[in-house]
Amino acid sequence: MNRDMGDALIRVGRALRLVLLLALAVLFLVPFYLLLRNGLASEADITAPGWTFFPRELRWSNLRELFDDPSVPMAHALLNSALIAVATTLGTLLLASLAGYGLARIPYRRANAVFYAILGTLMVPAAVTFVPSFVLVSSLGWVSSLRGLIVPTLFSAFACFVFRQYFLGFPRELEDAAQVDGLGPWRTYWRVVVPNTRPVFASVGVIVFIGAWNAFLWPLVIGQDRDAWTVQVALSTFTTAQSVNMHELFVAAAVSILPLLLVFLLLQRYIVAGVERTGIDG
Amino acid sequence: MAASGSTRRRATPRERNQTLWFWVFVGPFAVGLVLFTYVPLAWSVWLSFFDARNTVSPTHFVGFGNYTAVLGDAAFRDALGTFAVFTAFIVPATYALSLALALAVGRLRRARAFFRSVFFLPTACSYVVAALIWKLSLFNGVRFGLANTVLGWFGADQVAWLSTTDPPWYWLVLVTVRLWLQTGFYMVLFLAGLQRIPPRLYEAAAMDGARPGWQTFRHITFPALRATSVAVVLLLVINAFQAFDEFYNLLSDARGYPPYARPPLVYLYYTALGQEQNLGLGSAGAVVLALIIAVATVLQARWFGLGRREEA
Repeated sequence: MNRDMGDALIRVGRALRLVLLLALAVLFLVPFYLLLRNGLASEADITAPGWTFFPRELRWSNLRELFDDPSVPMAHALLNSALIAVATTLGTLLLASLAGYGLARIPYRRANAVFYAILGTLMVPAAVTFVPSFVLVSSLGWVSSLRGLIVPTLFSAFACFVFRQYFLGFPRELEDAAQVDGLGPWRTYWRVVVPNTRPVFASVGVIVFIGAWNAFLWPLVIGQDRDAWTVQVALSTFTTAQSVNMHELFVAAAVSILPLLLVFLLLQRYIVAGVERTGIDG
Repeated sequence: MAASGSTRRRATPRERNQTLWFWVFVGPFAVGLVLFTYVPLAWSVWLSFFDARNTVSPTHFVGFGNYTAVLGDAAFRDALGTFAVFTAFIVPATYALSLALALAVGRLRRARAFFRSVFFLPTACSYVVAALIWKLSLFNGVRFGLANTVLGWFGADQVAWLSTTDPPWYWLVLVTVRLWLQTGFYMVLFLAGLQRIPPRLYEAAAMDGARPGWQTFRHITFPALRATSVAVVLLLVINAFQAFDEFYNLLSDARGYPPYARPPLVYLYYTALGQEQNLGLGSAGAVVLALIIAVATVLQARWFGLGRREEA
C-alpha cells in the first residue's frame, strides 16, 4: 500500500469516527430535548398525533402553573431534597474525612482491625440492607422525618476509604512542621491538612451530593408522608400512581435536574477527578 | 485481649494518648457505622428466624422457616432470573459502549472536552427522571411517543413497549435507560485507564510493525486496561444486582407492579414493605441476597485476580 493511500484511509477513518460520535452525541441529548420540549409545551402539543419538534409556543407559564398547583407539592419537595443533600454532603465529608485521617495517620494497635471492619461493610451493598435499616429507623420512630432520611446515610465506608487512601499519599512534612510548632493532631488536621487537601473534599463532596439528590429507594421507604417527600419521590409518585398533567410533570422534572446541571457545569473537573479517584482502587 | 506483639507490656503514656486521638477521629464514624449498618444487619438476621408480620419485635420463633419459604417462593427465584437476564444484557452493552466511546473520544484532537461532557451529562440525571422521560415520552406506547413516531415514519406498527410481554419489549426500555444513564461514568473510568498506558508501549509496538487500529488495540490497549476492565465489570454487576429505581418507576402504575420483570430488590420491597409487611420473610430474603453478592464479589475478585497491578 503506498503512503498517500494510507494517509487518505486514516483521514477517512477519522472523519467517519467524528460523524459516528456526533450521531451518538445527538442521541445522548435526545432525552434532555424531550424534557424541555414537553416541559414548555401545552398539553395539546404534547399529545398531538404528528410530531412537532418544537412546541408552537414556549409556555414558560408552565413553571408558574407547577408551583401554584396545590396537588403537586413541588416547592416543599425541592426544599426537602436541598436540606437532605446539603446535610448529607457536609456530614459525610466531616465524619468520613476525620475517620480516614485517623486510620491513615494516627498509630493504633488495632487500627487495621477497625479498617477491615469498615471495609467489610462495602461488601454488603446499602440497597440490600434497606429492609433491616427500615426496621431500625421505624423502631426509632424516625419514619417520615428528615432525621430518618439523613442520619442513617451519613456513614459512608466508601468515602472513608477514599479519604484514607488520599491521606496515606499526602506528604508528611507539613504535619511534622505543625507538630514542631506545637499543634496537636486536632489543630494540625483543621489548620494544615484540610486547607491543603481541598480537591479531595471537593471530589468526594460533589459525588455525595449528586448521590443524595438523586437517591430514590431510601427516601421512598422512609419519606412516606407527603411532607417528607423528596423531589425524586414526588416525581415518582406522579409517574407511577397518581396522574397529573404531562406538561407540569415534565417541567417539574426539568426543574429537578437544574441544580445538578449547574453543579456539573461548574465543578466538572472535580467530578471527573472524583470518578477517576473513587471508581477504581488505585 | 491479646496484644499483637508477643510480649505483654503496659502502654506508654504517649501510646495511650495516641489511642485517645485515634478514637477522637475515628470514633464518631465507627459508632454510626455500628449503629446504622451492623445493628440493622444483626437485627435482620434475628428477625429472619421469626414470624414477623407488621412487627419488629416478634415472639414466634420459626427457625429456618422463612429461609425455606423464600427459597421455595417461585417469585423469589423469578427475581434472581430477572437479575440474570438483566445482567446478561446490561453488562456487555455498557462495557462495549463505554470502552468504544473512551477509545473514540480519547483519540480526538479537538472537541474532546465537548464530547466527554455530552456523554457524561446523563450521570447528572436521576433514574426517576430518566424513567419518567422513557415511560411518558420516549417509549410511552401510544402514537405521540417518540419511538412509535419514528416507527411510524418507516411504516411500522406501534408497539406497547412496557405493557407487552410477547415479545418482551420492556427489556429494550429497561436496558436503554440504564445504558444512557451510566455509560458516561464508565467512559470516564476508561479514559483515565487509557491515560495511564505509557506511550512507549505504542512506540515499541509500532517499531515491531503492529498496525494502528485493531492489532494495537488487541495486543496493547486491551491488555493494558485489564485492571480497569475488571473494576468496571465488577461495578456493573453489583449495580445491576441492586437495580430498583428504573424497574419500579417504569413498570409500576396505579394498579401496582406487573407480575413480570421483578428484580431482587423490587421483590424485597413488596415483600417487606408492601401490604403484608412480612419483615421476617423480607429479612431472610435480604440475608440470602447479601450472601449471594458477597460470595459473587469474592469469586469474581479471585477469578480476575483483583489487586494485580496494571500490566504496564
